Amino acid sequence: MSTIKKSNDPFWWTLFGAGGALSAMFVPMLLFLTGVATPLGWVEGPSFDSVSQVLLHPVTRLGAFALVSLSLFHWAHRFRFTLYDGLQLKHLYQLIAVIYYGGAIIGSLIAAYVIW
Amino acid sequence: MPTITLEVLRYLPEDGAEPVFQEYEVPLRADWVVLDALNHIKDHIDGTLSYRWSCRMGVCGSCGMMVNGKPVLTCAAFLESFAPGPIRVEPMAHFPVVRDLVVEVTDFMDKLTEAKPWIIRETEKPLSEGEYRQSPEELGDYKQYTMCINCMLCYSACPVYGLDQGFSGPAALALAQRYNKDSRDQGNAQRMEQHSNDEGIWGCTMVGECSEVCPKHVDPAGAIQQYKLAGAVDWWKSLITRKGK
Amino acid sequence: MSYTLHHPKWHRVAKPIFWWIRRWAYIGFIFRELTSVAVAYFAVLLVLIYCAVQSGPEAYAALMGLLAHPAMVTISVFALGAVLYHSITWFNLSPKAMVVRLGRWRVPDLMIAGGNYAAWFAISGVIAWAYIIG
Repeated sequence: MSTIKKSNDPFWWTLFGAGGALSAMFVPMLLFLTGVATPLGWVEGPSFDSVSQVLLHPVTRLGAFALVSLSLFHWAHRFRFTLYDGLQLKHLYQLIAVIYYGGAIIGSLIAAYVIW
Repeated sequence: MPTITLEVLRYLPEDGAEPVFQEYEVPLRADWVVLDALNHIKDHIDGTLSYRWSCRMGVCGSCGMMVNGKPVLTCAAFLESFAPGPIRVEPMAHFPVVRDLVVEVTDFMDKLTEAKPWIIRETEKPLSEGEYRQSPEELGDYKQYTMCINCMLCYSACPVYGLDQGFSGPAALALAQRYNKDSRDQGNAQRMEQHSNDEGIWGCTMVGECSEVCPKHVDPAGAIQQYKLAGAVDWWKSLITRKGK
Repeated sequence: MSYTLHHPKWHRVAKPIFWWIRRWAYIGFIFRELTSVAVAYFAVLLVLIYCAVQSGPEAYAALMGLLAHPAMVTISVFALGAVLYHSITWFNLSPKAMVVRLGRWRVPDLMIAGGNYAAWFAISGVIAWAYIIG
Protein backbone atom coordinates (compact mmCIF):
# COMPACT_ATOMS: atom_id res chain seq x y z
CA MET A 1 0.00 0.00 0.00
CA SER A 2 1.70 3.21 -1.09
CA THR A 3 1.74 5.93 1.51
CA ILE A 4 0.27 8.96 -0.17
CA LYS A 5 0.90 11.22 2.79
CA LYS A 6 3.86 12.98 1.23
CA SER A 7 2.25 16.35 1.63
CA ASN A 8 -0.60 17.54 3.80
CA ASP A 9 -1.96 19.68 1.01
CA PRO A 10 -4.87 17.31 0.28
CA PHE A 11 -6.19 18.04 3.77
CA TRP A 12 -6.05 21.81 3.38
CA TRP A 13 -7.39 21.57 -0.15
CA THR A 14 -10.42 19.62 1.06
CA LEU A 15 -11.14 22.33 3.62
CA PHE A 16 -10.58 24.97 0.95
CA GLY A 17 -13.04 23.21 -1.36
CA ALA A 18 -15.69 22.75 1.30
CA GLY A 19 -15.28 26.36 2.44
CA GLY A 20 -15.46 27.61 -1.11
CA ALA A 21 -18.63 25.70 -1.87
CA LEU A 22 -20.38 26.62 1.39
CA SER A 23 -19.45 30.28 1.15
CA ALA A 24 -20.41 30.43 -2.52
CA MET A 25 -23.86 29.08 -1.68
CA PHE A 26 -24.64 30.92 1.56
CA VAL A 27 -22.61 34.10 1.87
CA PRO A 28 -23.90 36.29 -0.99
CA MET A 29 -27.51 36.53 0.21
CA LEU A 30 -26.53 36.71 3.89
CA LEU A 31 -24.03 39.49 3.23
CA PHE A 32 -26.49 41.32 1.01
CA LEU A 33 -29.19 41.25 3.67
CA THR A 34 -27.09 42.06 6.71
CA GLY A 35 -24.49 44.34 5.16
CA VAL A 36 -26.37 46.20 2.45
CA ALA A 37 -30.15 45.77 2.30
CA THR A 38 -30.99 46.32 5.98
CA PRO A 39 -28.52 49.15 6.63
CA LEU A 40 -29.83 50.94 3.54
CA GLY A 41 -33.41 50.40 4.64
CA TRP A 42 -34.44 48.30 1.65
CA VAL A 43 -35.47 45.44 3.91
CA GLU A 44 -36.51 45.65 7.52
CA GLY A 45 -34.27 43.54 9.70
CA PRO A 46 -35.90 40.94 11.92
CA SER A 47 -36.38 41.76 15.60
CA PHE A 48 -33.72 40.88 18.14
CA ASP A 49 -35.95 38.09 19.49
CA SER A 50 -36.41 36.49 16.06
CA VAL A 51 -32.70 36.74 15.31
CA SER A 52 -31.62 35.24 18.61
CA GLN A 53 -34.23 32.52 18.31
CA VAL A 54 -32.98 31.44 14.89
CA LEU A 55 -29.27 31.94 15.47
CA LEU A 56 -29.14 30.26 18.85
CA HIS A 57 -30.94 27.16 17.62
CA PRO A 58 -28.48 24.24 17.82
CA VAL A 59 -28.79 23.41 14.10
CA THR A 60 -28.11 27.01 13.10
CA ARG A 61 -25.16 27.16 15.49
CA LEU A 62 -23.66 24.06 13.91
CA GLY A 63 -24.22 25.44 10.42
CA ALA A 64 -22.84 28.85 11.33
CA PHE A 65 -19.72 27.33 12.88
CA ALA A 66 -19.18 25.19 9.79
CA LEU A 67 -19.64 28.22 7.55
CA VAL A 68 -17.28 30.41 9.58
CA SER A 69 -14.59 27.82 10.10
CA LEU A 70 -14.55 26.51 6.55
CA SER A 71 -14.66 30.05 5.15
CA LEU A 72 -11.57 30.90 7.19
CA PHE A 73 -9.76 27.79 5.92
CA HIS A 74 -10.86 28.62 2.39
CA TRP A 75 -9.34 32.09 2.77
CA ALA A 76 -6.17 30.76 4.41
CA HIS A 77 -5.44 28.25 1.65
CA ARG A 78 -6.25 30.62 -1.18
CA PHE A 79 -4.37 33.54 0.30
CA ARG A 80 -1.33 31.37 0.96
CA PHE A 81 -1.10 30.48 -2.74
CA THR A 82 -1.82 34.06 -3.78
CA LEU A 83 1.25 35.11 -1.80
CA TYR A 84 3.27 32.50 -3.71
CA ASP A 85 1.94 33.59 -7.10
CA GLY A 86 1.46 37.28 -6.47
CA LEU A 87 4.37 38.27 -4.28
CA GLN A 88 6.65 35.31 -5.09
CA LEU A 89 7.03 34.36 -1.45
CA LYS A 90 7.19 30.61 -2.02
CA HIS A 91 10.50 30.41 -0.18
CA LEU A 92 8.68 31.44 2.98
CA TYR A 93 6.24 28.58 2.58
CA GLN A 94 6.64 27.22 6.10
CA LEU A 95 6.14 30.58 7.76
CA ILE A 96 3.19 31.41 5.54
CA ALA A 97 1.53 28.05 6.19
CA VAL A 98 1.88 28.47 9.94
CA ILE A 99 0.55 32.02 9.91
CA TYR A 100 -2.44 31.42 7.67
CA TYR A 101 -3.55 27.95 8.68
CA GLY A 102 -2.75 28.80 12.28
CA GLY A 103 -4.85 31.92 11.89
CA ALA A 104 -7.73 29.90 10.50
CA ILE A 105 -7.45 27.43 13.37
CA ILE A 106 -7.42 30.22 15.94
CA GLY A 107 -10.31 31.92 14.19
CA SER A 108 -12.28 28.68 14.27
CA LEU A 109 -11.60 28.24 17.98
CA ILE A 110 -12.78 31.78 18.66
CA ALA A 111 -15.87 31.15 16.56
CA ALA A 112 -16.59 27.93 18.43
CA TYR A 113 -16.28 29.76 21.74
CA VAL A 114 -18.52 32.61 20.66
CA ILE A 115 -21.12 30.55 18.88
CA TRP A 116 -21.53 28.27 21.84
CA MET B 1 1.38 44.75 -51.74
CA PRO B 2 0.66 45.93 -48.19
CA THR B 3 3.24 45.04 -45.59
CA ILE B 4 3.34 44.47 -41.87
CA THR B 5 6.20 44.81 -39.41
CA LEU B 6 7.43 41.96 -37.24
CA GLU B 7 9.43 42.80 -34.13
CA VAL B 8 11.40 39.64 -33.49
CA LEU B 9 13.45 39.08 -30.35
CA ARG B 10 16.99 38.14 -31.29
CA TYR B 11 19.39 36.46 -28.90
CA LEU B 12 22.83 35.37 -30.07
CA PRO B 13 24.68 33.38 -27.38
CA GLU B 14 28.07 34.03 -29.01
CA ASP B 15 27.63 37.74 -28.45
CA GLY B 16 26.50 37.11 -24.90
CA ALA B 17 24.65 40.42 -24.90
CA GLU B 18 21.03 40.97 -23.82
CA PRO B 19 18.29 39.99 -26.28
CA VAL B 20 17.27 42.76 -28.66
CA PHE B 21 14.26 43.32 -30.92
CA GLN B 22 14.88 43.42 -34.63
CA GLU B 23 12.29 44.77 -37.06
CA TYR B 24 11.43 43.12 -40.33
CA GLU B 25 8.87 44.20 -42.92
CA VAL B 26 7.02 41.31 -44.58
CA PRO B 27 4.22 41.15 -47.16
CA LEU B 28 0.78 41.13 -45.59
CA ARG B 29 -0.78 38.27 -47.56
CA ALA B 30 -4.27 37.14 -46.61
CA ASP B 31 -3.32 33.47 -46.34
CA TRP B 32 -0.05 33.97 -44.47
CA VAL B 33 0.51 33.01 -40.88
CA VAL B 34 3.32 34.25 -38.61
CA LEU B 35 5.33 31.13 -39.53
CA ASP B 36 5.11 32.11 -43.22
CA ALA B 37 6.40 35.55 -42.27
CA LEU B 38 9.33 34.01 -40.35
CA ASN B 39 10.14 31.74 -43.31
CA HIS B 40 10.04 34.77 -45.58
CA ILE B 41 12.44 36.60 -43.28
CA LYS B 42 14.83 33.64 -43.19
CA ASP B 43 14.67 33.05 -46.94
CA HIS B 44 14.85 36.63 -48.18
CA ILE B 45 15.85 39.08 -45.47
CA ASP B 46 17.93 37.61 -42.65
CA GLY B 47 19.19 34.05 -42.84
CA THR B 48 20.61 34.17 -39.30
CA LEU B 49 17.18 33.97 -37.66
CA SER B 50 16.67 30.65 -35.84
CA TYR B 51 13.34 29.05 -34.94
CA ARG B 52 11.65 25.66 -34.86
CA TRP B 53 8.84 24.50 -37.13
CA SER B 54 7.79 21.40 -39.00
CA CYS B 55 4.33 20.39 -40.13
CA ARG B 56 2.96 23.96 -40.47
CA MET B 57 -0.53 22.59 -39.86
CA GLY B 58 -0.95 22.41 -36.10
CA VAL B 59 -0.17 18.77 -35.34
CA CYS B 60 3.55 18.58 -34.59
CA GLY B 61 3.76 21.12 -31.77
CA SER B 62 7.11 22.58 -32.91
CA CYS B 63 6.32 26.20 -33.76
CA GLY B 64 5.08 27.59 -30.45
CA MET B 65 6.13 31.19 -29.75
CA MET B 66 4.87 34.28 -27.95
CA VAL B 67 3.03 36.52 -30.39
CA ASN B 68 2.05 39.88 -28.86
CA GLY B 69 2.55 38.37 -25.44
CA LYS B 70 0.35 35.33 -25.98
CA PRO B 71 1.65 31.78 -26.53
CA VAL B 72 0.39 30.53 -29.91
CA LEU B 73 1.31 28.11 -32.67
CA THR B 74 2.79 30.41 -35.27
CA CYS B 75 1.43 28.14 -38.01
CA ALA B 76 -2.08 28.99 -36.83
CA ALA B 77 -1.72 32.74 -36.24
CA PHE B 78 -2.81 34.68 -39.30
CA LEU B 79 -0.96 37.92 -40.00
CA GLU B 80 -4.19 39.74 -40.82
CA SER B 81 -5.56 39.15 -37.33
CA PHE B 82 -2.73 41.32 -36.01
CA ALA B 83 -3.01 44.08 -38.62
CA PRO B 84 -1.93 46.86 -38.73
CA GLY B 85 0.79 45.53 -36.42
CA PRO B 86 3.59 45.62 -35.50
CA ILE B 87 3.63 41.99 -34.40
CA ARG B 88 5.91 41.14 -31.50
CA VAL B 89 7.41 37.66 -31.79
CA GLU B 90 9.33 36.23 -28.84
CA PRO B 91 10.45 32.78 -27.74
CA MET B 92 8.03 30.79 -25.57
CA ALA B 93 7.95 32.14 -22.04
CA HIS B 94 9.29 30.29 -19.00
CA PHE B 95 11.92 28.31 -20.87
CA PRO B 96 15.62 29.17 -21.17
CA VAL B 97 16.40 30.64 -24.58
CA VAL B 98 19.08 28.83 -26.57
CA ARG B 99 19.11 31.24 -29.49
CA ASP B 100 16.60 33.68 -31.04
CA LEU B 101 13.22 31.91 -30.89
CA VAL B 102 14.57 28.49 -29.92
CA VAL B 103 13.98 27.39 -26.31
CA GLU B 104 15.47 24.56 -24.26
CA VAL B 105 12.88 21.85 -23.70
CA THR B 106 14.75 19.26 -21.60
CA ASP B 107 12.82 20.12 -18.44
CA PHE B 108 9.56 19.56 -20.26
CA MET B 109 10.76 16.19 -21.54
CA ASP B 110 11.77 15.17 -18.04
CA LYS B 111 8.38 16.15 -16.67
CA LEU B 112 6.62 14.06 -19.33
CA THR B 113 8.72 11.03 -18.48
CA GLU B 114 8.02 11.46 -14.77
CA ALA B 115 4.31 11.06 -15.50
CA LYS B 116 5.05 7.46 -16.55
CA PRO B 117 3.23 7.82 -19.87
CA TRP B 118 2.72 4.12 -20.62
CA ILE B 119 0.23 1.43 -19.69
CA ILE B 120 1.19 0.10 -16.27
CA ARG B 121 -0.16 -3.32 -15.38
CA GLU B 122 -0.03 -5.03 -12.00
CA THR B 123 -1.00 -8.28 -13.66
CA GLU B 124 -0.32 -9.02 -17.28
CA LYS B 125 -2.91 -10.95 -19.22
CA PRO B 126 -1.52 -13.98 -21.03
CA LEU B 127 -1.78 -13.82 -24.80
CA SER B 128 -4.19 -16.73 -24.82
CA GLU B 129 -6.78 -14.62 -22.99
CA GLY B 130 -6.94 -12.22 -25.88
CA GLU B 131 -6.75 -8.45 -26.13
CA TYR B 132 -7.75 -5.79 -23.59
CA ARG B 133 -11.22 -4.68 -24.63
CA GLN B 134 -12.41 -1.13 -24.20
CA SER B 135 -15.83 0.32 -24.82
CA PRO B 136 -16.34 3.66 -26.60
CA GLU B 137 -17.42 5.15 -23.26
CA GLU B 138 -14.19 3.99 -21.62
CA LEU B 139 -12.28 5.50 -24.51
CA GLY B 140 -14.24 8.70 -24.07
CA ASP B 141 -12.99 8.98 -20.47
CA TYR B 142 -9.45 9.78 -21.57
CA LYS B 143 -9.52 10.49 -25.30
CA GLN B 144 -9.40 14.24 -24.86
CA TYR B 145 -6.08 13.94 -23.03
CA THR B 146 -4.54 11.94 -25.87
CA MET B 147 -4.78 14.97 -28.14
CA CYS B 148 -1.78 16.74 -26.64
CA ILE B 149 0.85 17.58 -29.27
CA ASN B 150 3.48 18.57 -26.67
CA CYS B 151 3.63 22.12 -27.99
CA MET B 152 4.34 23.54 -24.49
CA LEU B 153 2.07 26.56 -24.96
CA CYS B 154 0.40 25.60 -21.67
CA TYR B 155 3.75 25.88 -19.86
CA SER B 156 4.23 29.33 -21.32
CA ALA B 157 0.79 30.33 -20.12
CA CYS B 158 1.11 28.82 -16.66
CA PRO B 159 2.31 31.41 -14.10
CA VAL B 160 3.00 28.67 -11.53
CA TYR B 161 5.52 27.04 -13.87
CA GLY B 162 6.86 30.46 -14.74
CA LEU B 163 7.57 31.16 -11.08
CA ASP B 164 8.81 27.67 -10.20
CA GLN B 165 10.22 25.38 -12.87
CA GLY B 166 9.97 22.51 -10.40
CA PHE B 167 6.23 22.42 -11.02
CA SER B 168 5.19 19.40 -13.11
CA GLY B 169 3.08 21.54 -15.37
CA PRO B 170 -0.20 21.15 -17.24
CA ALA B 171 0.80 18.83 -20.07
CA ALA B 172 2.62 16.35 -17.81
CA LEU B 173 -0.31 16.16 -15.39
CA ALA B 174 -2.84 15.84 -18.22
CA LEU B 175 -0.67 13.10 -19.70
CA ALA B 176 -0.70 11.28 -16.36
CA GLN B 177 -4.49 11.52 -16.34
CA ARG B 178 -4.58 10.16 -19.89
CA TYR B 179 -3.19 6.94 -18.49
CA ASN B 180 -4.88 7.08 -15.09
CA LYS B 181 -8.27 7.18 -16.80
CA ASP B 182 -7.41 4.49 -19.33
CA SER B 183 -9.32 1.36 -18.35
CA ARG B 184 -6.38 -0.81 -19.39
CA ASP B 185 -4.01 0.95 -16.98
CA GLN B 186 -3.39 -0.03 -13.36
CA GLY B 187 -0.77 2.56 -12.51
CA ASN B 188 -2.85 5.21 -10.67
CA ALA B 189 -1.08 4.63 -7.36
CA GLN B 190 2.37 5.01 -8.90
CA ARG B 191 1.49 8.24 -10.67
CA MET B 192 -0.28 9.58 -7.58
CA GLU B 193 2.91 8.96 -5.60
CA GLN B 194 4.79 10.96 -8.22
CA HIS B 195 2.32 13.85 -8.43
CA SER B 196 0.57 14.18 -5.08
CA ASN B 197 2.94 16.82 -3.71
CA ASP B 198 3.68 20.56 -3.85
CA GLU B 199 5.45 20.28 -7.19
CA GLY B 200 2.68 18.18 -8.66
CA ILE B 201 -1.06 18.64 -8.52
CA TRP B 202 -1.04 20.67 -5.28
CA GLY B 203 1.09 23.36 -6.87
CA CYS B 204 -1.66 24.19 -9.34
CA THR B 205 -3.77 27.22 -8.40
CA MET B 206 -6.29 26.75 -11.19
CA VAL B 207 -5.40 29.86 -13.13
CA GLY B 208 -6.91 28.11 -16.12
CA GLU B 209 -4.79 29.80 -18.78
CA CYS B 210 -3.32 26.47 -19.84
CA SER B 211 -6.68 25.30 -21.15
CA GLU B 212 -7.29 28.69 -22.76
CA VAL B 213 -4.17 28.55 -24.93
CA CYS B 214 -4.22 24.82 -25.74
CA PRO B 215 -4.62 24.50 -29.52
CA LYS B 216 -6.01 20.97 -29.22
CA HIS B 217 -8.60 21.60 -26.49
CA VAL B 218 -7.05 19.08 -24.16
CA ASP B 219 -8.22 21.02 -21.09
CA PRO B 220 -5.29 20.26 -18.79
CA ALA B 221 -6.87 22.47 -16.12
CA GLY B 222 -9.84 20.13 -15.92
CA ALA B 223 -7.54 17.12 -15.87
CA ILE B 224 -5.64 18.58 -12.93
CA GLN B 225 -8.79 19.43 -10.95
CA GLN B 226 -10.00 15.85 -11.32
CA TYR B 227 -6.53 14.67 -10.38
CA LYS B 228 -6.74 16.82 -7.22
CA LEU B 229 -10.12 15.35 -6.34
CA ALA B 230 -8.75 11.83 -6.78
CA GLY B 231 -5.69 12.79 -4.78
CA ALA B 232 -7.77 14.17 -1.93
CA VAL B 233 -9.98 11.07 -1.86
CA ASP B 234 -6.87 8.87 -1.83
CA TRP B 235 -5.37 10.90 1.00
CA TRP B 236 -8.46 10.62 3.20
CA LYS B 237 -8.73 6.92 2.40
CA SER B 238 -5.12 6.33 3.35
CA LEU B 239 -5.73 8.18 6.61
CA ILE B 240 -8.61 5.86 7.45
CA THR B 241 -6.87 2.67 6.39
CA ARG B 242 -3.76 3.61 8.35
CA LYS B 243 -5.80 4.35 11.44
CA GLY B 244 -7.76 1.16 10.85
CA LYS B 245 -4.55 -0.82 11.16
CA MET C 1 18.57 16.11 -14.20
CA SER C 2 21.22 16.63 -16.86
CA TYR C 3 24.28 18.84 -16.84
CA THR C 4 23.01 20.79 -19.82
CA LEU C 5 20.29 22.35 -17.70
CA HIS C 6 22.93 24.63 -16.20
CA HIS C 7 24.35 25.73 -19.52
CA PRO C 8 25.65 29.26 -18.95
CA LYS C 9 24.91 30.76 -22.36
CA TRP C 10 21.15 30.27 -22.27
CA HIS C 11 19.11 33.33 -21.59
CA ARG C 12 16.74 33.10 -18.66
CA VAL C 13 14.08 35.66 -17.91
CA ALA C 14 13.00 36.17 -14.30
CA LYS C 15 9.29 36.71 -13.77
CA PRO C 16 8.54 40.21 -12.49
CA ILE C 17 6.43 40.58 -9.36
CA PHE C 18 3.65 42.18 -11.39
CA TRP C 19 3.60 39.54 -14.12
CA TRP C 20 -0.16 39.34 -13.70
CA ILE C 21 -0.82 42.91 -14.79
CA ARG C 22 0.02 42.10 -18.39
CA ARG C 23 -3.11 40.13 -19.29
CA TRP C 24 -6.75 40.56 -18.28
CA ALA C 25 -6.99 36.82 -17.66
CA TYR C 26 -4.26 37.03 -15.03
CA ILE C 27 -5.79 40.11 -13.40
CA GLY C 28 -9.09 38.25 -13.20
CA PHE C 29 -7.28 35.32 -11.61
CA ILE C 30 -5.61 37.42 -8.91
CA PHE C 31 -8.88 39.21 -8.18
CA ARG C 32 -10.66 35.86 -7.96
CA GLU C 33 -8.13 34.66 -5.41
CA LEU C 34 -8.43 37.88 -3.42
CA THR C 35 -12.21 37.39 -3.09
CA SER C 36 -11.26 34.97 -0.32
CA VAL C 37 -10.59 38.07 1.80
CA ALA C 38 -14.25 39.09 1.40
CA VAL C 39 -15.28 35.57 2.40
CA ALA C 40 -13.13 35.85 5.53
CA TYR C 41 -14.63 39.31 6.18
CA PHE C 42 -18.10 37.81 6.28
CA ALA C 43 -16.94 34.97 8.52
CA VAL C 44 -15.65 37.54 11.00
CA LEU C 45 -18.89 39.52 10.65
CA LEU C 46 -20.94 36.42 11.43
CA VAL C 47 -18.88 35.78 14.56
CA LEU C 48 -19.44 39.41 15.62
CA ILE C 49 -23.16 39.00 15.09
CA TYR C 50 -23.12 35.98 17.34
CA CYS C 51 -21.09 37.92 19.90
CA ALA C 52 -23.72 40.65 19.88
CA VAL C 53 -26.67 38.26 20.04
CA GLN C 54 -25.14 36.45 23.00
CA SER C 55 -24.54 39.79 24.76
CA GLY C 56 -28.07 41.13 24.46
CA PRO C 57 -30.37 43.51 22.57
CA GLU C 58 -28.24 46.61 23.20
CA ALA C 59 -25.10 45.02 21.81
CA TYR C 60 -27.04 43.74 18.81
CA ALA C 61 -28.54 47.17 18.15
CA ALA C 62 -25.08 48.70 18.43
CA LEU C 63 -23.70 46.26 15.86
CA MET C 64 -26.59 46.95 13.49
CA GLY C 65 -25.93 50.65 13.96
CA LEU C 66 -22.30 50.15 13.10
CA LEU C 67 -23.24 48.23 9.98
CA ALA C 68 -25.44 51.12 8.89
CA HIS C 69 -22.48 53.51 8.95
CA PRO C 70 -21.73 54.67 5.36
CA ALA C 71 -18.15 53.40 5.55
CA MET C 72 -19.34 49.95 6.62
CA VAL C 73 -21.99 49.88 3.92
CA THR C 74 -19.36 50.78 1.34
CA ILE C 75 -17.10 47.97 2.57
CA SER C 76 -20.03 45.57 2.50
CA VAL C 77 -20.93 46.56 -1.06
CA PHE C 78 -17.39 45.89 -2.24
CA ALA C 79 -17.29 42.66 -0.24
CA LEU C 80 -20.61 41.65 -1.78
CA GLY C 81 -19.24 42.26 -5.26
CA ALA C 82 -16.22 40.14 -4.44
CA VAL C 83 -18.30 37.33 -2.94
CA LEU C 84 -20.57 37.32 -6.01
CA TYR C 85 -17.49 37.03 -8.24
CA HIS C 86 -16.34 34.16 -6.03
CA SER C 87 -19.67 32.35 -6.36
CA ILE C 88 -19.91 32.82 -10.11
CA THR C 89 -16.34 31.71 -10.82
CA TRP C 90 -16.73 28.81 -8.39
CA PHE C 91 -19.89 27.48 -10.00
CA ASN C 92 -18.52 28.00 -13.51
CA LEU C 93 -15.48 25.93 -12.60
CA SER C 94 -17.45 23.18 -10.86
CA PRO C 95 -17.81 21.03 -14.02
CA LYS C 96 -14.02 20.83 -14.32
CA ALA C 97 -13.70 18.94 -11.05
CA MET C 98 -17.03 17.14 -10.95
CA VAL C 99 -17.36 14.46 -13.60
CA VAL C 100 -20.70 12.78 -13.04
CA ARG C 101 -21.73 9.66 -14.88
CA LEU C 102 -25.15 8.09 -14.91
CA GLY C 103 -24.49 4.73 -16.48
CA ARG C 104 -23.09 5.40 -19.93
CA TRP C 105 -24.08 9.04 -20.06
CA ARG C 106 -21.80 11.81 -18.86
CA VAL C 107 -23.67 14.76 -17.42
CA PRO C 108 -22.80 17.78 -19.60
CA ASP C 109 -20.81 20.65 -18.08
CA LEU C 110 -23.71 23.08 -18.45
CA MET C 111 -25.94 20.89 -16.32
CA ILE C 112 -23.33 20.53 -13.59
CA ALA C 113 -22.88 24.28 -13.44
CA GLY C 114 -26.63 24.79 -13.82
CA GLY C 115 -27.29 22.43 -10.93
CA ASN C 116 -24.94 24.42 -8.73
CA TYR C 117 -26.55 27.69 -9.74
CA ALA C 118 -30.01 26.26 -9.09
CA ALA C 119 -28.96 25.16 -5.60
CA TRP C 120 -27.48 28.62 -5.00
CA PHE C 121 -30.69 30.38 -6.01
CA ALA C 122 -32.80 28.01 -3.94
CA ILE C 123 -30.68 28.47 -0.82
CA SER C 124 -30.55 32.24 -1.29
CA GLY C 125 -34.30 32.31 -1.74
CA VAL C 126 -34.91 30.40 1.47
CA ILE C 127 -32.54 32.68 3.40
CA ALA C 128 -34.20 35.81 2.02
CA TRP C 129 -37.67 34.48 2.75
CA ALA C 130 -36.76 33.52 6.32
CA TYR C 131 -35.12 36.91 6.88
CA ILE C 132 -38.00 38.96 5.55
CA ILE C 133 -40.65 36.91 7.31
CA GLY C 134 -38.75 37.74 10.52
